[in-house]
Amino acid sequence: MTSTLTNRDTYLAQLLALTSPPATPQLLELRTQAAAYLQEETLPSNKDEEWRFTNLDPLLTQTFAAPDAQLPPVNINGLILPEATNTRIVFVNGIYAPLLSSLANLPAGVFIGNLAAANAAGLEISKYLGKQPGGEEVFTAINTAGINEAAVVWLAPDIAFETPIHLLFITTVDDTAIATQPRALIVLEQRSSATLIQEYLHTSIPVGEAPRNEARPYFNNAVTEVWLGDTAKLNHTRIQDEDITAIHIGKTAVSQSQHSAYTGTSIELGSKLSRHNWEIFQIGAQTETYLNGLTMVNGEQESDTHSTIALTKPHGITDQLHKCIVDDRAHAIFNGKVFVPQAAQQTNAGQLNRNLLLSSTARIDTKPQLEITADNVKCSHGATVSQLEDDEIFYLQSRGLDVETAKILLINAFAVEIIDRIPVASVREKLAVAVKAFKAN
Amino acid sequence: MINSNSPVILSIENLTAEVDGTQILNGLSLEIKAGEIHAIMGPNGSGKSTLSKVLAGHPAYTVTGGNVTYKGDNLFDLEPQDRARSGVFLAFQYPLEIPGVSNLDFLRVAYNSRQKHRGLEELDVFDFDDLIQDKLEIVKMNPAFLSRSVNEGFSGGEKKRNEILQMAILEPSLAILDETDSGLDIDALKIVANGVNQLSNQDNSMLVITHYQRLLDYIIPDFVHVMANGQILTSGGKELAHELEAKGYDWVTEAEPANV
Repeated sequence: MTSTLTNRDTYLAQLLALTSPPATPQLLELRTQAAAYLQEETLPSNKDEEWRFTNLDPLLTQTFAAPDAQLPPVNINGLILPEATNTRIVFVNGIYAPLLSSLANLPAGVFIGNLAAANAAGLEISKYLGKQPGGEEVFTAINTAGINEAAVVWLAPDIAFETPIHLLFITTVDDTAIATQPRALIVLEQRSSATLIQEYLHTSIPVGEAPRNEARPYFNNAVTEVWLGDTAKLNHTRIQDEDITAIHIGKTAVSQSQHSAYTGTSIELGSKLSRHNWEIFQIGAQTETYLNGLTMVNGEQESDTHSTIALTKPHGITDQLHKCIVDDRAHAIFNGKVFVPQAAQQTNAGQLNRNLLLSSTARIDTKPQLEITADNVKCSHGATVSQLEDDEIFYLQSRGLDVETAKILLINAFAVEIIDRIPVASVREKLAVAVKAFKAN
Repeated sequence: MINSNSPVILSIENLTAEVDGTQILNGLSLEIKAGEIHAIMGPNGSGKSTLSKVLAGHPAYTVTGGNVTYKGDNLFDLEPQDRARSGVFLAFQYPLEIPGVSNLDFLRVAYNSRQKHRGLEELDVFDFDDLIQDKLEIVKMNPAFLSRSVNEGFSGGEKKRNEILQMAILEPSLAILDETDSGLDIDALKIVANGVNQLSNQDNSMLVITHYQRLLDYIIPDFVHVMANGQILTSGGKELAHELEAKGYDWVTEAEPANV
């Protein structure tokens, strides 16, 4: 139901009222803490520095229902990754879907499952779930205040797991506006390594039927917590391709112990309004963090990436490349913080944000933000905004390419630098198709 | 090679054109037949490069008068890509760098768009690879340049070789070489000129635009035209280039325009 702008406090209370009772005492404790924090908080507005460029009105003008407790019938045939046929865990509208998941014959030391299965397997969930720094933030707290389920990936020490793991969160587009709060917990114990593909996708139901007359926007408030033990290594791809009417607010919090390496690639394609808060905490020395981002928005979309890399120890390495392609009246935002305190000597930090504007009404707000107090460090940052150059297009035309093909080639050339960093071929191919389709929309 | 029975490839009559509201071409006329190599020489600002851009269809240049017929059709009825597909090729003075697009993919897309236009078979990656290996020899190009992004980080000489490689693949009827010699040392110049000579035959034609006579020691023109103030002032055989080199452009620019 659409309503006019609701008071932010009332709105927050409405969102919190959507949750069902907690499954375990452990969860109850987490929820109680988050709810207590939220007592003192309200939803952010443009007056908050962190939300200066992002307009939450699409969220605030909509009220949401809790998803049906019954799993809807969805078909995921087109969404399966051939590289991860037996390492896939699927949630539909926030509910674990065991029949769509495929987790047979996992090797010893590799756990993929939902929260109940993780508890049954004796994993020390409470040590990690809800324990990331930065949890005291409204949307993360809303997720935690209603937490009941989570996708859990857990690797015991010394497991080099080469098969990609596929975390698939599907939301159904329907005539009811639903809100779901997907949660994921990734723990790699010391010296383990994994490749993770995490996707937020949408589908219509019932399967095969024509689109409904009036699809309602849905709201996903997603939180992922990643813990890397000493010398652990994760390659993490996160793809947000929600329905074009949807609102997606996501947090990815990563804590890295010493000598660990995190490579993250974040792809933002869908949603009317999306926000990704990406927070990296280098809590050990000599850790490496590589962040790659690609935001591709058109129409009336607004997509905001806020990343934070907080170094605390010496000899850290971070390198970040975030690219935005913005067409029509769309709006992309990039805010990249890197904190290098006094203790983080010998840091090597690089950040580059490159933006491609495809229309005169498209908009980019970019804000690299490096705060460096250590004196013996190497830090660089930069931001560029460019357009497709007439001369480039003419050069391609002069070789027989029509303007449309030339533009697609140039857009693809801009995007492929990020896409090529994804270690799973079928994901790269899927994204290449999305890039080709982008200009045609 | 001059053969008066050859069909006319390009006919320019009284062409005028402007860029940013400034008229650059002031009634230029020129006829090129199959098999012929024409050189246009002239001082900086005479309109040589403008002529090449107008013929290729650069959007920044506006044709304000005159006619250009290419193989019997009005050239200006064709979009730039259709000119290219019909066999008009411009070798750029400053070839653009296109990061992220592999040279091999670019060459294949260009080749296939021409094939498609002619109703001929498009080549897949493997068949195209065979084709390109043969063509590399024409400009003595290292195959490593195929896997790099188009012109990205190429030296001036490598960029020009890449232009001639594209020409070798697209087999144009009319090749316009815009200051192809600029920025080349003598070895690169010889390689590039040698490549052009290998591609020249009785069915195609070339329009070689240059500031210096040097290139014309290696690509021997059938006709030399001297341009100034957007017009052709005088035309002659290859000896005209040597005369210009000896006497300087003042020798012709102070004379009256010739009737060509």
